[in-house]
Amino acid sequence: MTGGKTLYDKIWDAHVVHEAEDGTCLLYIDRHLVHEVTSPQAFEGLRMAGRTVRAPDKTIAVPDHNVPTTAGRENPENMTEDSRIQMAALDTNARDFGIHYYPVSDVRQGIVHIVGPEQGWTLPGMTVVCGDSHTATHGAFGALAHGIGTSEVEHVLATQTLIQKKSKNMKVEITGKLPPGVTAKDITLSVIGATGTAGGTGHVIEYCGEAIRELSMEGRMTVCNMAIEGGARAGLIAPDEKTFAYVKGRPHAPKGAAWEAALAWWKTLKSDDDAHWDKVVTLKAEDIAPVVTWGTSPEDVLPITGTVPAAESFSGGKVGAAQRSLDYMGLTPGMKLTDIRIDAVFIGSCTNGRIEDLRAAAEVLKGRKLAPGVRGIVVPGSGLVRAQAEEEGLAQVFTDAGFEWRLAGCSMCLGMNPDQLAPEERCASTSNRNFEGRQGYKGRTHLMSPAMAAAAAVTGHLTDVRDLVAETV
Amino acid sequence: MDKFTTLTGIAAPMPLVNIDTDMIIPKQFLKTIKRTGLGVNLFDEMRYDREGNEIADFVLNQPAWRDAEILVAGDNFGCGSSREHAPWALLDFGIRCVISTSFADIFYNNCFKNGILPVVLPQDAIDHLMDDARKGANARITVDLDAQTVTAADGTAFSFDVDPFKKHCLLNGLDDIGLTLEKAAAIDSYEATAAQARPWV
Ligand code: SF4
Repeated sequence: MTGGKTLYDKIWDAHVVHEAEDGTCLLYIDRHLVHEVTSPQAFEGLRMAGRTVRAPDKTIAVPDHNVPTTAGRENPENMTEDSRIQMAALDTNARDFGIHYYPVSDVRQGIVHIVGPEQGWTLPGMTVVCGDSHTATHGAFGALAHGIGTSEVEHVLATQTLIQKKSKNMKVEITGKLPPGVTAKDITLSVIGATGTAGGTGHVIEYCGEAIRELSMEGRMTVCNMAIEGGARAGLIAPDEKTFAYVKGRPHAPKGAAWEAALAWWKTLKSDDDAHWDKVVTLKAEDIAPVVTWGTSPEDVLPITGTVPAAESFSGGKVGAAQRSLDYMGLTPGMKLTDIRIDAVFIGSCTNGRIEDLRAAAEVLKGRKLAPGVRGIVVPGSGLVRAQAEEEGLAQVFTDAGFEWRLAGCSMCLGMNPDQLAPEERCASTSNRNFEGRQGYKGRTHLMSPAMAAAAAVTGHLTDVRDLVAETV
Repeated sequence: MDKFTTLTGIAAPMPLVNIDTDMIIPKQFLKTIKRTGLGVNLFDEMRYDREGNEIADFVLNQPAWRDAEILVAGDNFGCGSSREHAPWALLDFGIRCVISTSFADIFYNNCFKNGILPVVLPQDAIDHLMDDARKGANARITVDLDAQTVTAADGTAFSFDVDPFKKHCLLNGLDDIGLTLEKAAAIDSYEATAAQARPWV
């Protein structure tokens, strides 16, 4: 045998249905997640060709991108015209083709990448796809998970397979222990800051190292979620006892003898010591600080202690892009990041809309208030996260601090529904994309962790959460 | 899907790096349940002001590039979301080929499914073609998929790589699903084996 295999190699090999001479493979898909924005044209295509959904039992639909997050949304009257059309289309498609479905009236509804793991649909060693780039999130379970386009959605619906060429293997190792106040979000942003948004192109990343092992499942999902922002096809973390503990007892997780059989296989899912890596990046956890983004690309990452860079400090095409970012963001080179004043705070998204994220934000907000003139919304990642947060008293902390407590959905992560920034409004956001216009036309986004977003909410400007926490000790 | 064989046309220069899918088609236009009609909103926030008036200095609003069929773009074109609305919008506008040093993975794949050819070339080739693109109709670029070349107005030809299977499908306008369904027996037998090995899936 020539060398060992990576985790990616192992999952890949277990799913090859057919391999052509040129290496193009037909890969079997274990779970197909569907949402309302990227699926209507795929179902339309199926109908036009007289085709059916091959494996409705492996197909799960949930509306999230375009759902209102305000009360009364079960009533279509309270939706904008186009939300209503997309929601109705998903409803019809889910029922016509008999796939699993969590409509907004179901407490289990939420962001597709939060619902999948929560319901036990996502399991180690699986192939998982969705018409959404942040499908990478599910890689936290040691599942090969990635986003696909609508034509591919249609392809998976019809054939339960995907035509794929294998990507290269990239290892991102985070050695040592994270300093206090530094979180999974800071890791994932720092990796993108180090490698750039194209650093992972053509690769599947496996995250490993002590700092990754130490993370909770929630934290691991945050890390894998943003693999796509680093350009990678997918992000993976080898499953371990934490993974198994998280999965056990979930509604769609295996039970009894099936559980034992699954567990035995899952324990083999790790990269061999002599596996070949095409690219290796190593960061020391001790070197990672709480970070924020200053520009309009997720690679525009700096420690909160830094200053706004000058466009000339970059090279090549990035000079022009950085200048454009600075103009768009309304920032002057040399100013301290902590002097940047904000107007809004968004806590939520598939990056940071899980219970642990809400706990981290609430911890900072407890007994504090939103700074005058700052508006804040908290959008739990699912109805179940919302219910748990209410039970734990977190919802109360948020509302006491002056935040709006919303229903589950993507909300201001992409601002398709009315949850948007106004032009030039500046937001401390726990989401994953700071692209121009992402959170609303001319809106300005700074990405950061939930604790950092909460700290900014309290002071009204970007803030090093470590200072704020130190103050109270 | 339309075939792509050869194309000679005007190329629009877009040297910006990291042109993302939110720039190509902002999310307010994702609410459609159709594939067509997105061309008017291609690059919407760069192309129109808030009142919907054209921004005169944006490249596709300038007379020289209104009929562009090719884009020559900076690194990492199409990064961001998986929205296929991005290639749909390009296609609806009339763009059949995008040339850059690199593309985001999902966007790259989505292009092929919609009859658009994404071409990866090294930086010096991009610089050369960008100069042509700046000349509008005075320097048309020719793309030949079968020969795998992009030819600049002065006759300099640059060769590019393309996956043979993707090339075959694009040259012939083939539908992936139809091709895969021919392998239904292989899928059946995979499912039977997997059901034994991993019954919990
Ligand atoms: S929360 Fe944001 S990133 Fe996640 S699926 Fe929704 S829109 Fe995409």
